[in-house]
Amino acid sequence: MVTLFSQSLQEGNVYDGYAFTGNIAIYAEALQKYWPHLLRSIGYSAAATAIALLLAYPLSYYIAQKAGRWKNVMLVLVIAPFFTSFLIRTLAWRTILSDTGPVTDLAQTLHITDVLQFLGLINNDTLLSSKFAVIAGLTYNFLPFMILPLYASLDRLDPRLVEAAGDLYASPFKAFRYVTWPLSLPGVVAGTLLTFIPAAGDFINSRLLGNTQTVMIGQVIDTQFLRVLDYPLAAALSFILLMLILTLVTIYVRRAGTEELV
Amino acid sequence: MADYGAGDLRLVGLSKTFGDFTAVHPLDLTIPQGSFFALLGPSGCGKTTTLRMVAGLEDPTQGQILIGDTDITRTRAYQRKVNTVFQSYALFPHMTVLDNVMFGLKRKGDKDAKRKAQEALELVELGHAGGKRPNQLSGGMQQRVALARALVNRPEVLLLDEPLGALDLKLRRQMQIELKRIQQEVGLTFIHVTHDQEEAMTMADHIAVMNAGHMEQLADPATLYERPSSTFVANFLGQSNLLRATVRGAADGGLSRVDVYGTELLVEAAKVPEGLTDLWVGVRPEKLTLGESGGRNRLHGRVGDVSFSGVATQYLVRMPWGADVVVVQQNDGSARARLGEDVTLSWEPGREFVLDAAQDDHAGMDRDDTDG
Repeated sequence: MVTLFSQSLQEGNVYDGYAFTGNIAIYAEALQKYWPHLLRSIGYSAAATAIALLLAYPLSYYIAQKAGRWKNVMLVLVIAPFFTSFLIRTLAWRTILSDTGPVTDLAQTLHITDVLQFLGLINNDTLLSSKFAVIAGLTYNFLPFMILPLYASLDRLDPRLVEAAGDLYASPFKAFRYVTWPLSLPGVVAGTLLTFIPAAGDFINSRLLGNTQTVMIGQVIDTQFLRVLDYPLAAALSFILLMLILTLVTIYVRRAGTEELV
Repeated sequence: MADYGAGDLRLVGLSKTFGDFTAVHPLDLTIPQGSFFALLGPSGCGKTTTLRMVAGLEDPTQGQILIGDTDITRTRAYQRKVNTVFQSYALFPHMTVLDNVMFGLKRKGDKDAKRKAQEALELVELGHAGGKRPNQLSGGMQQRVALARALVNRPEVLLLDEPLGALDLKLRRQMQIELKRIQQEVGLTFIHVTHDQEEAMTMADHIAVMNAGHMEQLADPATLYERPSSTFVANFLGQSNLLRATVRGAADGGLSRVDVYGTELLVEAAKVPEGLTDLWVGVRPEKLTLGESGGRNRLHGRVGDVSFSGVATQYLVRMPWGADVVVVQQNDGSARARLGEDVTLSWEPGREFVLDAAQDDHAGMDRDDTDG
C-alpha cells in the first residue's frame, strides 16, 4: 500500500526514470477521467454478487441440509471448475454465448433477448460483448466463493431449530425468515465479501466478454500498468479502488453486524 | 387457528413405517384431557416417533389423530395447537430468552406477547433472565426456558420429549415435582416421553408402556407395578422375581397351590388365568421379608450379595435351583443379614402377580437407563 501510494505521487516515464514529486493532482486527473469506470465496476460487481447470492443460497442449503450421502460429491463438483484456469473458463463462455451458438438461439426464440435488449443489457440481439455477458461471467467465476462460505454456515445450522420453529406456529417461510436466515448471516456476509471484492477489481471478464462501453476499472489499471506504462496513474487508480472498496466493505460489515436479526 | 374446545387426544390405528421397518404398530390410545400421561419404554420402542406424529413433525403411515372431534392428522405442525419441549431444548441461539419465549405468540400475532412471556418466565422462576442469551444459562435453566416457551402458548396438548434427560439427579427430581405442579396448576394435557420408569411413575396419571412399536400395557402407575400384564412390563418397571411354577390344585380361602422347584407355595386363585398350569409367579423385592414373619409362603437360600443404599438394603439370595432372588428391605433399624448367611424369605399369598410361563422372563431387562 505504501509503495502504491508513493508511486502514485511520482512523475516521469520508464525511459528517464521516476522522481517523487508529491504530485497530488494525479488523483484529480484519475478521478476525472475514470470515474465512470469506477462506478461501473462497483455496479457490475454488486449485481454479480447479488445474483450469486440468489443462486448460491438454495444450492448451499440443499447441499448442507438435504444432500445426505451426496454431500461430498456435490462439494467437489462446486470446486471442480477451479481445476481449470480463470482465463480458460472465461474464454469458454465466449463459446457458450457465441452469436451462432445454441444458447443464443434459444434466448432469441424465447424472446429473452428482447427483454434483455429492453433493459439495456445487450446490443444487437446477441448475448456476447455486452453488459449481460460481463455480469454473467463475473457471477459464474465467483460463484464458488459464495457457495462455500454459505455452505459452511448452513452446515452448522441445527435442523432441530427449524423443527422447533415449526412447532411454534412458524410457517416454512417464517421459519426461514426468523431462524434459518439470521443464523446463516455470517456465511452470507463472508460470501458476499469474497465475491464482491475480487469482482470489483476484475478485468478479464470485461475484456473477453464485454465491449468498449463495459470497460471496468481493472482493465484501465491493467492497460495503464502494462501497456501505457503510466505507473503513477495506474498506482493512483489502484489506490482509489482500494479505498473505495474498503469504505464500502466497512459500511456493509457495520450494518450487517448491528442489524436487528428478528 | 381452529379452537378445538375441550377434548381428549385420541390416536386411532396410528402407525409409522420407514420402508421395511415398522417403528409404530397400529396404536389405539385415548389420553383424557387435562391428564398427565407418560409414554414409557426403552430406546427404539417407538415412543418418540409417536410423539412426533402427534406434534406434526412426522407424517403417520396410517391412522388418525384427533383432539376432541377435530381430526388433525393432515394438518401441518405449525397449524396444530400442540407444542413440544424438545430433548435438546432447541432454544434459538440468536435471540434472547424473552424473545425465545415470545416466538410462538408473535407468530400468531398476539399483541400481548411480551407480558405473557414474562409471566411464563416467572412461572418457571426465571423472571429475571429475560434479557440473557440461551448460551449464558445452565442446562437446568435452559430446560425451564424451553418449558416456558411451549407453555406460554396454552396449547391443547403439551408434549415433552425426555426433557429431563440431561439434568443431574437432584435437579431432575426437583423438576419432576415442578412439572407435575405446573401441569395441575395450568390444567393442560401433558404427554411425557421417557425411558426412566421411576420418572414416569412419579409424574404420570396414566402410563402406556411401549416395546418394539407395540403398546404392552396402559394403566395407572400402581396397576402397572402391582399387576403387570407381561414379563416385559414386570421387568421394565422396577425389579421382579419371576418364579417358574406349576399349578397343583386348590386350597382354602380362594387360593391355589403351586409347585416351585419342589417347594409348595400359595397364590391367589383369581390371579391365575383359566386353564393355565405353567406360570411365572412374580414377587417384587420389597414384598419379601427376611425371616418367617412375612407370611405363609417360604423360600430358603443363601445371601450372595448385600448392597446398602441409604434408605434400603438390597440382598441377592441364591436359591437351591441356582437362580438369585432379589430382596429389598428398608433400613428400619432391624438387623441386616450378612453375606453367606442362610436365610428364609417369607410373604403372604396375594402379594404376588401371575403371568403365563410362555412369556420370556428376560423381556424388559436390557434397559439403557442407568438409574431406573
